[in-house]
Amino acid sequence: MVTRVATRSTKQRSPLQWVGLGIGLLLVALLLAWVLVFATGTPAGPLIHEPRDFLSTLLNALTIAGLYFIVAGGFTLIFGLMRVVNLAHGSFFLLGGYVALEFQRFMVGKSGNISSSEVSAARWLVPLVLAAAVAGVVGLITQQLFLRWFQGQDMRETLITIAISVILADQMLTHFGGLAKDIRWPGILDHFLIVWDFRYSVPRLFMLFTAVVVGVALWLWLHKTRTGMVIRAGVDDTAMVQALGINVQVVFALAFLVGSVLAGVGGVMGGSFASLAPGVDGQWLLNSIIVVIVGGMGSLVGAMAGSLLLGLVTAFAPAYLPADLTHYSVIFTFVLLAAVLAWRPYGLFGRPE
Amino acid sequence: MTTPSLSRSTRLTPEHGLLLAVLAVLALMPLFTTTFFVSFVLTQTLWLGIAAASLIFLAAYGGMISLAQTLMYGFAGFAIGNAVTQGGSKGLNLGLNPWVGVAIGIVFTTVLAFVLGLVASRSTGLYYLMITLTYGVIGFYFFGQVTTFSGFGGINQIVAPDYIGEPGEHPMRLYYTALVVSVFSYMLLRYVTRTPFGLALQGIRDDPVRMSALGYNLVIHRALAFVLGGFVASLAGVLNVWWNRQIDPASIGIGEILALLIIAVIGGMNRLEGAWLGAFIYVVVNNYVRSVPLVDKIGITEDRFNTLVGVIFLVIVLASPNGLMGLGTSIGRLFKRIFRPASGREVPGDNLGEPKESTTSG
Repeated sequence: MVTRVATRSTKQRSPLQWVGLGIGLLLVALLLAWVLVFATGTPAGPLIHEPRDFLSTLLNALTIAGLYFIVAGGFTLIFGLMRVVNLAHGSFFLLGGYVALEFQRFMVGKSGNISSSEVSAARWLVPLVLAAAVAGVVGLITQQLFLRWFQGQDMRETLITIAISVILADQMLTHFGGLAKDIRWPGILDHFLIVWDFRYSVPRLFMLFTAVVVGVALWLWLHKTRTGMVIRAGVDDTAMVQALGINVQVVFALAFLVGSVLAGVGGVMGGSFASLAPGVDGQWLLNSIIVVIVGGMGSLVGAMAGSLLLGLVTAFAPAYLPADLTHYSVIFTFVLLAAVLAWRPYGLFGRPE
Repeated sequence: MTTPSLSRSTRLTPEHGLLLAVLAVLALMPLFTTTFFVSFVLTQTLWLGIAAASLIFLAAYGGMISLAQTLMYGFAGFAIGNAVTQGGSKGLNLGLNPWVGVAIGIVFTTVLAFVLGLVASRSTGLYYLMITLTYGVIGFYFFGQVTTFSGFGGINQIVAPDYIGEPGEHPMRLYYTALVVSVFSYMLLRYVTRTPFGLALQGIRDDPVRMSALGYNLVIHRALAFVLGGFVASLAGVLNVWWNRQIDPASIGIGEILALLIIAVIGGMNRLEGAWLGAFIYVVVNNYVRSVPLVDKIGITEDRFNTLVGVIFLVIVLASPNGLMGLGTSIGRLFKRIFRPASGREVPGDNLGEPKESTTSG
């Protein structure tokens, strides 16, 4: 069912494509001019008048992009190797968050209203590790119990993950309730960084830092270890890897485990940064999907690029739209998606299958 | 997943008889059952079935699993809500005639479908599924955040045309309307699959490269199929707002998006009829699970409806990827085999008209 359509074989662009490219570049230039110089009546001022507004919007974009990358990195790892669109990824995210929340409350000994001064680094890190482990194990069970029997039937695997996500969402609603809850950042993080007269939230910078660590670790794992080499080979040609006598099932299980662990880690970050509630799973599934559609499925660099673009759009659209139009910002997410798909149907770094 | 074969001959078959019988039963149903059953089970089944049929049409004949059908019927509903309500707290409150509202809903949805279809149509398979899923969820956030058109509270007290009236007072009017629209949608989709356009669409589903080489424009064909799906889904959207009298973003959220897919899969992704069958089972489980004895003893109360649906869905996906219609087809084949002297393959008449699979390979 997957087919190789000649979309990229013709390098010459048709006149229509040149026109499209021209219009696209013109629009980007206009947007830049608006943000840098002309923006008026917007929540954040333009760079030349309000450099602090611009800087904090840019940092918002980069830090949220970091969280997008952590979550979508797991999603794209699983897809790249196994061609499984794991639509339960958002559920693993939310599950990780809730598990960390419960452990943090247990460790602090309170059932709510925890202030960050009560949270030592260990009371955040231990729940993080446990949550990542639980999300990873649930992902592994999903893969071993349901998915591995249907390898190659990609639509069926996708439907199975939908069923899992429906069941998990309902069970989490039973056990954790419908109200929004949040994990507390540890006290040493939960304050503002002040440089001259510019204030910025340290936890958000920490998110970006974690994303960089995760990105570097993933890159080293995939490019400098034997397992990573096998995974990259598996992305290109699973049958050949198997023919070389490598137990590809172990590699699949490992990739699913790591992908789900990343969803869990993302869930703890997201639960500390924003909050956990029913529906958050769908929201983060959407984020991951947009990142990989924009960046290209199965590509780590693509996930990075996709996260950055989505982060820029989600941070700049509400800040630089005129104040009475701010609630239209969600349209820009669609515009990003449409623009990338019109240009490259398989994402910026994706390859036609 | 197996896919439907190309158009068959149009002579009457037992299948047609079965469909007519089902239709007759549906038409006479209000005589035998309660008003509650007609209004809450059957009417809802019919409009959900229409929406699911648009999904199945795209999946079975175009190879495109579209999760944007929920957005399509929701968009039609929001368009109607904005057009016909008056003096509400949210929305445009244009206060137009309900029939004008219907026209606006259908036309706007169809135009939206064309735009969205064009953007998605260069992708296939899992990409198509994911792109349409993002359409649906972005639509949910759009109507949630943009209070000019709706806001999370939604639009209430949407007026239906006089002849429909209050569904509470005249449930039969809406029921028979839904039945007529269902039959129309079914016949329209069946008809289209036999037109040159429908055949080209199935060709593109099976072998895009060859069809492209033959000069067919893949993107336009897929986009137009999506337009047809959007049109049919918008009919479901009209019935939905007449039935519910209101529409809010939660009714097109990710839960509902997946529910429509679940309906289609339960019924059977490769048969249009499966849409209504899946919708019926979904609605019945939704309405009656609470009254089954012992169900609450094992922890499944009506609040855990989604867990139950998820488990049913999982079992069906694991056991019969073609859903209940697929199961029905298999049972039908089994019957044929039992009531025929030898196994199907060796009956000479059984393969008439079909090219035999090559048995003489070198």
